[in-house]
This record gives sequence, structure tokens and C-alpha cells, in this order.
Amino acid sequence: MGASQTRPEHRHQDLADRTGFSLEQIKNLHKRFQQLSGDEDTISKENLESIPTLANNPIRKQIIGAFFDKSAFAECLLAAGGAPHFPYRHQRGFILFGLRNQHRGEAGSCDQIGFEQFLMVMSHFRPPTLKMTAEEKEAMRREKLRFLFNMHDTDNDGTITLVEYRKVVEELLSKSGSIGQEAAEAIADAAMLEVASTNVPTMGPDDFYEGITFEHFEQILKGLEMESRMHIRFLDVDTTTMRCGKSTS
Amino acid sequence: MTSGTGPRGRPGAGRGLPERGLLLLLVLVLLEGSVVFPLGAASSPDVDPRGHSEDRAVAEESQNYSKKAFPVLSLDYHHIHVPFEIALWVLLASLMKLGFHLIPRLSSIVPESCLLIVVGLLVGGFIKLAGEKVPPVLDSQSFFLCLLPPIILDAGYFLPIRPFMENLGTILMFAVVGTLWNAFFVGGLLYAVCQIQPGNPSDLHNLELLPCLLFASIISAVDPVAVLAVFEEIHINELLHILVFGESLLNDAVTVVLYHLFEEYSGAGTVTILDGVLGVISFLVVALGGVLVGAIYGFLAAFTSRFTSHVRVIEPLFVFVYSYMAYLSAEMFHLSGIMALIACGAVMRPYVEANISHKSHTTIKYFLKMWSSVSETLIFIFLGVATVDGPHSWNWTFVTVTVLLCLVSRVIGVIGLTFVINKFRIVKLTTKDQFIVAYGGLRGAIAFSLGFLLEEKHFPMRDMFLTAIITVIFFTVFVQGMTIKPLVELLAVKKKQEAKRTINEEIHTQFLDHLLTGIEDICGHYGHHHWKDKLNRINKKYVKKCLIADERGREPQLIAFYHKMEMKQAIELVESGGGFKPPSALPSTVSMQNIQPKKPAAAKPVQRALPQLPKGREEEIRTILRSNLQRTRQRLRSYNRHTLVADPYEEGFSDFIIKKQKIIELEKKIIHMNNLTLPAAPPDSPTLCRARLASGTETDFKPAQQQKGKQSSPDPQAYRPKRDSVPTIQVDLASPQSPDSVNLMDEFRANGSRREEEEDQGLTMRPRGEDGRREQLTRCLSDPGPSADEDEDEPFLP
Repeated sequence: MGASQTRPEHRHQDLADRTGFSLEQIKNLHKRFQQLSGDEDTISKENLESIPTLANNPIRKQIIGAFFDKSAFAECLLAAGGAPHFPYRHQRGFILFGLRNQHRGEAGSCDQIGFEQFLMVMSHFRPPTLKMTAEEKEAMRREKLRFLFNMHDTDNDGTITLVEYRKVVEELLSKSGSIGQEAAEAIADAAMLEVASTNVPTMGPDDFYEGITFEHFEQILKGLEMESRMHIRFLDVDTTTMRCGKSTS
Repeated sequence: MTSGTGPRGRPGAGRGLPERGLLLLLVLVLLEGSVVFPLGAASSPDVDPRGHSEDRAVAEESQNYSKKAFPVLSLDYHHIHVPFEIALWVLLASLMKLGFHLIPRLSSIVPESCLLIVVGLLVGGFIKLAGEKVPPVLDSQSFFLCLLPPIILDAGYFLPIRPFMENLGTILMFAVVGTLWNAFFVGGLLYAVCQIQPGNPSDLHNLELLPCLLFASIISAVDPVAVLAVFEEIHINELLHILVFGESLLNDAVTVVLYHLFEEYSGAGTVTILDGVLGVISFLVVALGGVLVGAIYGFLAAFTSRFTSHVRVIEPLFVFVYSYMAYLSAEMFHLSGIMALIACGAVMRPYVEANISHKSHTTIKYFLKMWSSVSETLIFIFLGVATVDGPHSWNWTFVTVTVLLCLVSRVIGVIGLTFVINKFRIVKLTTKDQFIVAYGGLRGAIAFSLGFLLEEKHFPMRDMFLTAIITVIFFTVFVQGMTIKPLVELLAVKKKQEAKRTINEEIHTQFLDHLLTGIEDICGHYGHHHWKDKLNRINKKYVKKCLIADERGREPQLIAFYHKMEMKQAIELVESGGGFKPPSALPSTVSMQNIQPKKPAAAKPVQRALPQLPKGREEEIRTILRSNLQRTRQRLRSYNRHTLVADPYEEGFSDFIIKKQKIIELEKKIIHMNNLTLPAAPPDSPTLCRARLASGTETDFKPAQQQKGKQSSPDPQAYRPKRDSVPTIQVDLASPQSPDSVNLMDEFRANGSRREEEEDQGLTMRPRGEDGRREQLTRCLSDPGPSADEDEDEPFLP
């Protein structure tokens, strides 16, 4: 990315091609990125953690973690490579990220991310368009689910184990005091039991269900219509001036 | 029928053929009888009211002139005349509904609303034939003050908030802009058509623009009653349902304003720009005022329900009365009563539900459903009756043009509006969706009642208007209502998903909500999710604290959902006759053991059978159990004070105890279910022993195998006491039961053997198939509530 950094317009166009955002959206996001990072090229965990409105979010850690997750990043590239509507099958994309792909399967997170990765994570939250074919929608759904899956699968071994699932529920209920912590485990257990019994209906007493694989994950969230629900509105107009001045230092 | 006898007769041909034939004949007659009976039941009420009214007439006359000795038996029909007739109408409506559902094939072809209108037509015809004066059944007073509110309250209270709020923009667009467009398009063109006939000597020429617009504004609003009646039968997907239904609810404000506006100026004759501006302001006042009034009453109801924990019996009443007050208050100021009711119901529901007991909740649910369905039935019947009764003046041109214009304007309106809306929507409305939205725009009784309200002297064409309104209603209800179901299937429009919500879906919905809020925050622009989150937080922090008494009511949504699901499964378990089933609907043998991380190789079967319950978890189970049991007992006491002392032998109470014991039994099972499935247990488990001892029925306690020696193989489905997992639990289970509930039980034992049977059943859950009679009793004990809407059935808890 070093070469293109000198010419922001060109670079933005390139990013727009690869992520599917419009130029205005990228410009807006870039402004926000700079605001968050304090005009640096990269952004760190601390930058995101200091966003005041995020403080009340029970799953704040996971959200921020998702931005800095190496493997999720690599995964998303792979998934996107398979998705026809995603133009980053583009030769250049692979060359660019080929290095990172080698890290696939390796748990851990980077400390700093650049604007590109920031944008890549954001691109999971784009809404589907009317023109999309059924296959493209399906690809989009898988890609979004993969992103969610990676958020839960903290050790990147391809399954969400009971321990990981419990952690998710615990985080989810972390803002609701002691009742939440008590119930979290029971809820995670019940949910896991449900996954196990819907996906592997017959199990002997000695069998062991290791955890939710991606296929099972897809299965249990079939009814949720993720492709249309997991989205936010990325604004086309510049709203930084309209915002109520909650700047983050 | 003859074809049926052929194949059946053949096997019997070998032996006495005439006997066979006779038997067959008998069967056929019986079949015939069962088919004829419902028909008879359905048609007999038609004659009913008329017959009664004749009797009445005779009775009245004879009674007036018999004043000699002290009348031992006197007849004073006049005295009870009004309530009696109301009761008769209600009875007729209910019987019709009953009859309708006795004929299964009919309901799949014709929507109920059509059939009810036909019944109304017949009844009206009979009344007219008898020479009686048809009562003004659908006059605006009774319609707007008695018949409409229950339906709207039912709709508002059970409004699916989430999809409604997510699509609020679209709904408002259809409701406000769509209705305005309809009114002006139809009104304007209608006026034009009326003017264009030079050679025609009809009196349509005298029709002015304002009455035309008034008529159009009456006819252009989609009717919630008709929409509900039809859409509930076609099971369309949630999005389309909420779009059409939401539109029909929210367009009330537009209709009210337009109606009053045009009615006002019809006399004056001219409308200035100022009037237009005033109209817009008035619209805002009517709509927002209605919502405000509703919300105030809703909060009042929620606040009141906070203090009802000692007087559970009147809890449901507050919901009804406050809502009705909201409706009346809104109507008093000519605000939109419908919007007030919707707002009231939607606002109070979450808080009220957290405060009131499960029993009250069930009561509210069934009362609302009952009232609204009777109201709906009555409205459609009355529509038929009023059609026969009303003074008609049929004008081919006017009626045809009206129907056509209504259709055209609806189609254009929907297509045009969706074009605009789709620019802003994420989930776009497809062509199919647009078609269903346009086609689902049914008109109904509200339009008729509004037309009925018009004054003859201001509107000389009132009769013609009424006729046209009725024609449009009939056209939409009959033609569109009957064809929409096949069309939905033909177009393969997505249907409602019947599947129940799973706990995983709930977890991920919550997760997604937070995730999207977080991403929005990171992006730095505050969209829907941000504000929704903010609202939720305010709600949790302040409002819930004020309005909800019980600590438990404030638990987060996910936990509440989990508890609810747990209870539902438990209830299902009992209803299924005590057979042990895994928690999910699917037959599965997966148990907690399968997902629990395995212990190292040392896991011998015996060791695993006594499961790996950590100390903390054990403690947790115990506290949960204890607190739950405590709560049921407390509720029982508070309930006692108000109803049981008055009549302790009331059947409801024994039912109550049985339920309570079911629950106790259930909690045990849940623990079993949640933690382990174990190999068959030694039969004399101390838990059960103690439980039986506590209830004084220890004689019954023997394992199934011992008790019934002749029964060779025990039912594998039957629930058998599992080996108890945590020995300490038993103490908690049995002890709260013993002190007072046993006394109560003893009181009841004196009441006869049958009740004792019931109690035994409720208490111990004997394995199935042990005794035919007992098994039947178990069935009897299952919740007698209606099973039509299963997914709504809440656990029936004391």
C-alpha cells in the first residue's frame, strides 16, 4: 500500500473497487479513521477503546478485537475471493495480502491496523443491494456469518467450543450485574445443547460434541436472514460537521 | 358415496352379504348425520332471533292487558329487551363462528369474513321478511364505542413491536401519503366523471367537489378489521403483514382529519389555503395527540400494575379499563382513538407483563382474543344486516366508477410510493410484495360507519354514498379476500415461518444488536441502532425501575427469554403425558454429557454417571430452586386470601394445587434434563419417596415393574425417576412442600376419590400405560386452554 499512499484519490478508488463502498463513503470513513487515530496512518486498540459511546457496549472487547484479529482478516479475504461480487479477486489484492494469508490459522492479533483493514472489517456491514442475484446474496450471507463466527471462535481452531460460547454469553450479559453472570452459563449450556441436538440428532452417551463448526453455525442462524439484517447505514454525505462534537482524542 | 361402498363391500362378500350391507348403511347414515349436524348447527341460528322476536311481540301485547289477580307468573319482556337482544346477537355470532369451524373444508375456500357477511345478509333478510324493524345495528355509536375498541386493543397489545418499528417509515408513508393520495385521486376523478355526462339526466351533476372528496376520504382508508380477518388466514410473512396491517392502523388519523375537514367545509362550500394549513396542523395534533394520550394511559396502567401483587384477581381489569379510557379520552377531543389504543397497548405491555402473574397474563390474552373475535364476527354480520336494511339508491355509473377508481388509485399509489421508499429501504420491496400490499388493501366496516354518520340534510346523496361504500366493501372482502389466498400461493410469496425461536437465535439477535451499535459508534454516525440502544438504556435505567415492582421483571431480555423457554419446555413435557423427551422438538439423544468437555481417560461409566457438577453450579441450582419454590408458595398464599377463603372447594383451586405440584415435579426434571441423562435409576430414589411421603400417598410408590407384575416390558417412553444427581437437592424440593400444602391436600382428600386421583396424578407422574383410566386422567389434566395458536401458549403458571 505504500506506493499508492501518495495519491489519495487513486487509492480511494482502488479501495472502492475492492470493498464495494462508494467514494463518498470511503472518504467519510477515512475522515473518521483519521479522527480516531489522531491523523496517524494506523489505529491502535486504545484509539478505539477511547470512543465514549462504545463504553457502554457489553461486547465492546469483541468488537474491537474483531478489528485487530489477524486470522479473521485473512479469512475474510479468502471468503471474499470466492465471492463473485467482491472485486478483490483482483490480482493485486492477493499480492497485497499474500503475506498475511500465511498467518492464517495463527491465533493472535495485531496491535495496529491500517485504513485498509479498517475498511475491510467495515465492509462486512454493507447492506445487500437490490440488483444482487441469489448467489451473490448467498455469498454475502456466508461472508457475514464467517465474520461473526470468527468473532466467537477466539482461538481460531474452526469450532466454537462450549467454553468460547459461554464467554460470548457472559460478555453479552456482562452489563446486567450478578443475575447475568449466574444465568450466562446455563444459557450457553442450553444453547450448546440445542446446537448439538439439531445438528447431530443421535449421539451415544460416549460421543462428544466438540463445538460448533461453521456449517452448524450456518444451520442455527438460518432463520435470521443475516444478509439483510447485519448492516448499518454508511452515510454518503459528510456528517462530521453535523455531529454533536463528541470528538475522541 | 356409491364408489365408497364398492370396495368396502367386497371383502365381506363371502359371508352374509345382506348383513354387511346393513352395517355399511348404518355407517353411512352415521357419517351422513355427522356431516349434516354441523350444517344444521350452522344454519339454525339464522332462524333464532327472528323466532324470538315474534314471541316477544306476542308476549308484549298479551302482557299489557292482563291485570286482574296478582300475577303468579308475569312476563315482562320489555324490561330485559335491550340486554336480551344484545346477548342474542352475541350468541348468534359465537354460534356462527362455531359452526364455521365445524366444517373444515369450507374454511379453506371462503374466508370467514365473507361467510359472516352472507349470514348477516340472511339474518337481515329474515328480519325484513318478518316485517320487523331492523335494529340500527351498525350505527356509529355502538360501532365506535363498543365493537371497534376490543379489536384495536387486541391488535395494539399484541403488536409485534420490533418489525413495526423497523418498518415505521414505510408504514407511515403508506398510511399518510398513500391515504391522502387515494382520497384526492378518487375524489377528484369521481367529481370529474360526474361532471362529464352531458346527455345524461342523472342527478350526479349536482354533486359538488367537496362531498366527492369526503366520500373518497371515507372510502380510501384500508380497514384494520377486514385486513386482520383476511391476513390472519393467509399466514403471510411478517414484513408484508406488518406493512398492510400497520398502514390500516395508522391511516386512522388521516381519515379522521379529512373526514372532519371535508364535513366542516361541505356546508361552507369554499376551502382556502388557510384551511389547508389548518388541516395539516390538525393532522399532526390528531395523530400525535392520540399517541400521547395513549402513552399516558399506558404508563398509568403500567404504574398501577406495579402495586397489584396483593390483589391479583383484578389485574387484567386495569389493562382493559385504562385502554378503554385512553380510547374514550382520545375520542372526546376528536383525536385518533385508534392510535391512542395502539399506543396504550404497546406502551403498557412490557411493564404490565413483568408485573402481573402468569394467570393474569393468560386471562388478558384470552379475554382480548375472545372479545376481538366476537366483535369481529358481529361487525361482519352487522355489515350484512345493514346491507339488507339500508336505504339504497343504486347508481351504476357512480358505483362502477368508484370501485374502479379505488382499485386503480391503490395500485398506482403503492407502486409510486414503493418507488420512493425503495430508495431508502435496505430490504427492498419486490414486485410481488407490492402486489400483495396493493391487493391487500381491503375496505371495511369503519368506512360504512363513517358513511352512516353523514347527515341527510347536508348530503342529499347519502344513500348513494352508502350503497357505493357497501359495494366497495363487498368487492374487496369477497373478490380480493377470497382470491388473495390462491394468489399468495400462486406467486409463492414467502410465508410466515412457523418455527419457534431458538435460544441460539435469541443470543445472536442480541449479539448482532450490540455489534451493530458498536460499529455505528466506531463509524461515528449515529443511526437507528445507536438511538435504539440509547432508548433501551434509558428504559432499563429509569423507566423500568419506576414501573416494575419485581426484581425479576427487570432481568435482561436474554435471560427472560431463557426462563420462558425453559418453562415452556417443561410444560410441554407434562402435557405430553410425562414421557421423557429431550428439550428440543427433534428426537435426539444428545445430552449435556455430550457437550461437556470430556474428563481425561479415567472416565469410567460409573464415574461419568455421577456427573461432573462443580460445587458452584450445585449451589446455583439449589438457590434457583429455592427461590422459585418460595415464589410459587407466596403467590399461592396471596391468592388464597382473595378467592379461596370465599369458596375453598372451588374447582379452580384444586386445579391450582395440581399445577403447582406439576411445577415442582418439573423443576426436578429440568435439572435432570439440563444436566444429565443417566442410565435407569434404582427405583427407590429418595427424592420421590420424600415427595410422596410429603403428600401422604406413599402407598402408591412402587416402581412400575414391581407394581404391575403382568406388564412384561415397561414403557420405554415413560418417565422414570433418574438417579438423582445432587443428593442435597431433594431436601429443598420436598421441604417447602410439606408444611402447608399438605394440609391443604388433606382438606381436599375428603372431597371424594376422584379429586384424590387427580392430585395423585399431578403429584407423582406415574409411568404411562400403567392403567388406562389414569392415563386418561392425565390427559384431562392437561391445560384445557384453546390450542389454536400454539406458539402463543404461555406456560400456565400459578
